[in-house]
Amino acid sequence: MTHPFLALTDSDREEMLRTIGVSSVDELFRDLPAGVRLGRPLDLEPALSEQELSAHLAELASRNVDTTRELSFLGAGVYDHYVPAVVDTVLQRGEFLTAYTPYQPEMSQGVLQSIFEYQTAICELTGMDVSNASGYDGETVTADACYVVKHATGKTRIVVTEATNPQVRQVVKTYAPGFGLEIVEVPHRGGTTDPDDVRAAAEGAAAVIFQQPNFFGCLEPAPELVAAASDADALAIAHVDPLSLGVLEAPGRYGCAIALGEGQAAGNLMSYGGPHYGFLAARQEFIRRMPGRIVGETVDANGDRGFVLTLQTREQHIRREKATSNITTNQTLLALGGLVYLTWLGPQGLREVGEACLDLSALAKQKLQEAGLELAFDRPTFKEFAVRVGRNARDVIRDARAQGLHPGYALGRDYEGMDDVLLVAVTEKRTPAEIDRLVEVLS
Amino acid sequence: MKLIYERSQAGRRASVIPRPEGLPRTEVPEEFRRTEPPRLPEVPEFELVRHFTELSTRNFGVDTGFYPLGSCTMKYNPRVNERLVGLPGFAFLHPHQEEEGAQGALELEWRLQEILMEVTGLDAVSLQPAAGSQGELTGLMLVRAYFTDRGEIEQRRKVVIPDTAHGTNPASVTMAGFEITHVKTDPRGNIDVEDLRAKVDEHTAALMITNPSTLGLFDENIQEIEKIFNAAGALMYYDGANLNAVCGISRPGDMGFDIVHINLHKTFSQPHGGGGPGGGPIAVRKMLEPFLPVPAAIRRKDGTFGLDYDRPKSIGKVRGFTGPFGVFVRSYAYMRMYGPQLRDMSETAVLNANYVLARLKGPYDLLFDRLCMHEFVLSARNLKRDHGATALDVAKRLMDYGFHPPTIYFPLVVPEALMIEPTETETKETLDAFCDAMLAIAREAAEDVQVLKDAPHDRSVRRLDEVRAAKDPVVKYAFGDATVPAKV
Repeated sequence: MTHPFLALTDSDREEMLRTIGVSSVDELFRDLPAGVRLGRPLDLEPALSEQELSAHLAELASRNVDTTRELSFLGAGVYDHYVPAVVDTVLQRGEFLTAYTPYQPEMSQGVLQSIFEYQTAICELTGMDVSNASGYDGETVTADACYVVKHATGKTRIVVTEATNPQVRQVVKTYAPGFGLEIVEVPHRGGTTDPDDVRAAAEGAAAVIFQQPNFFGCLEPAPELVAAASDADALAIAHVDPLSLGVLEAPGRYGCAIALGEGQAAGNLMSYGGPHYGFLAARQEFIRRMPGRIVGETVDANGDRGFVLTLQTREQHIRREKATSNITTNQTLLALGGLVYLTWLGPQGLREVGEACLDLSALAKQKLQEAGLELAFDRPTFKEFAVRVGRNARDVIRDARAQGLHPGYALGRDYEGMDDVLLVAVTEKRTPAEIDRLVEVLS
Repeated sequence: MKLIYERSQAGRRASVIPRPEGLPRTEVPEEFRRTEPPRLPEVPEFELVRHFTELSTRNFGVDTGFYPLGSCTMKYNPRVNERLVGLPGFAFLHPHQEEEGAQGALELEWRLQEILMEVTGLDAVSLQPAAGSQGELTGLMLVRAYFTDRGEIEQRRKVVIPDTAHGTNPASVTMAGFEITHVKTDPRGNIDVEDLRAKVDEHTAALMITNPSTLGLFDENIQEIEKIFNAAGALMYYDGANLNAVCGISRPGDMGFDIVHINLHKTFSQPHGGGGPGGGPIAVRKMLEPFLPVPAAIRRKDGTFGLDYDRPKSIGKVRGFTGPFGVFVRSYAYMRMYGPQLRDMSETAVLNANYVLARLKGPYDLLFDRLCMHEFVLSARNLKRDHGATALDVAKRLMDYGFHPPTIYFPLVVPEALMIEPTETETKETLDAFCDAMLAIAREAAEDVQVLKDAPHDRSVRRLDEVRAAKDPVVKYAFGDATVPAKV
């Protein structure tokens, strides 16, 4: 038995078996009834060396068309933003990469302090008082928030706007039966949500969930939606794009109880959908209902500052069936990537990235309109917008890809009557020349 | 050491954001505009790198040293996987890319599903769950969907969980809308079959266990347990946290389980990143396949790969897209580097654990004196009784010897528990050094217990006050505002 990840020599094994007092490795498994033993080798392909493995995976990777090979305007929840080298540098430190959850704080000050700094950054971005250490993604943190507001209000209805990311809505609906929740959707009117519709639907509801900018890229009248929820005595939950928060108002400033979202845009590569991080921040009053890990400041035996996992009586390993969630593993490394990225940006850089997205997407909108295309919605947008392409958007995508360009996401996949609508994302990585190319291909 | 916010000086920055010449400015309409900028750190790039490098030196990973954290399977994470996951074809692939532009990714997912079916002995896999606990919740959603489909959901409200279970199990049961029935552990560390028999009936939806259990013991009565559940028409759920003990030796499907979650970040080497990411795919028996989350990666008759959304009975989606793809790349790579030799991996893990157990029992109490599987649970109750040294003290003192402590105070059925999982990684020399340290600490407890009480002595911080942190929580930097953190 030789393998690069195994170390015991024959003499090691003999000595160890002698110490244990058995004569063979097989004997160590004597508690397994014969009826449950496999009794044959696993039917898997033979082991590969590192070199063979690398060739195999390079071949698989070569059959994917990624954004280094194809000019892409795809977004719809995951975005092609620039990720600086310092993110890789920090995440590849073995002390971070190969550590477990920081159960032993004296061995784990590095990751604990990092999470404390991350929580601070998320609170600053969102204008909230308390952030957890991350959730799985923008979808599951939204479901987590439903569990929080159900228990905070004692009500079992959740209102979600139809202009919220369809995957977010799907995940919330999947969780709902177990949580004992009823999910009600509010339609959009011309690309955004009408506060009056929200007010009517929110009567008797625990919370209203909306997305800002919404799935169509449009800016919702967020303060009015929050006010409408509040009129009906429901809490407001904003699903936000972290990269928009250098230019768009923080949800904490317009009365949201919870702000959450998908962190990928801030510091994670797209990686075919994950792993990324979901962030979840709330007002102070919800601190003891938060799902997942939270890091807090404390002192050590010398009175010096240190950090620990805190408020653990919320959590499953203490509270078991009465826990505020079942989360243990989260997305710490990806959240650390987010912190490094936000540190790299600083407040000025965050605003500039937001402005670049805003200005480049405005340029794309203008040029597409000049070329005779019609915008689906006449609303202010941030980095993404919906445009009518005159025929089935899926056909347009196929034809455009044949010319080496991915023009966006077909909204007809999720919305009735939108088969001819394309959702176009323009990040700071796109150039005016690339936008010209998009216009050329689409017109 | 300073926080990154305490290194910040207004006007400094690490980033340059390119701005095309002549690009017109667009104003955000005033009602949407940010009024106050977020106070993110302002540091030059080299300060950023130094800050996080210094933080990393205050952390401990498998790359640093021995990490026998029970139930967490802290094995070596091959470096080649980090290179592979960074290939542009994986790292820069958009999840909404059309199927024909993602054939390599879809093939990888399909191949991973196939391998997991063979390892678990089950018929279908969903890769979507993001972690073990989400795998559990997804599995319980399948139980709900299955019994709803059969018209039995009103009747079957109970999920049976042993007292050795991970805390995630009962939490997941509640979140899935079921009720818990607790079952006891017998004197040999198995599930108490008589207690089980009395509690399983037509109201039972499922059993949820790890096997080997959190005591590191393979349940000798597993076939009897299967009979009880079969007779009651209830399903069996396998928490795969301990799968590292039995790969290629015994499969959950062959033990009678209908649903399994696999912790890719434990058994299959996804690095745990200081808390995540993980991966918690689930494997199920044929009759549960229609209820699995959408989409699944499939191989079509023409040999191409695609995503199948056509599952009318599906529970829906539990996570965005197809799951944490980067985790799949690493775990797939890892399993391909073992192939059928996964059995050697598990055998070595079990041998290492039994060796360390043999060297440590005696000086530390052992409640269930059997051969163990991949981990075992000692008790420091003898040190506490004789010298006042607790499991916590032993753990903290181990840090002074350069080892990460084991899991402590879990499982709950063992007082002063020390749960030790060496994994297959490690040389015999490392295992011996760890055993020597544990034995030295037991002697120190007798000779000078204060040296344990004051531990750790040479970490970046001394023992931390966790009670104070929870009493008056400070969960973000106050930016020099002396009135914060009083706001609770």
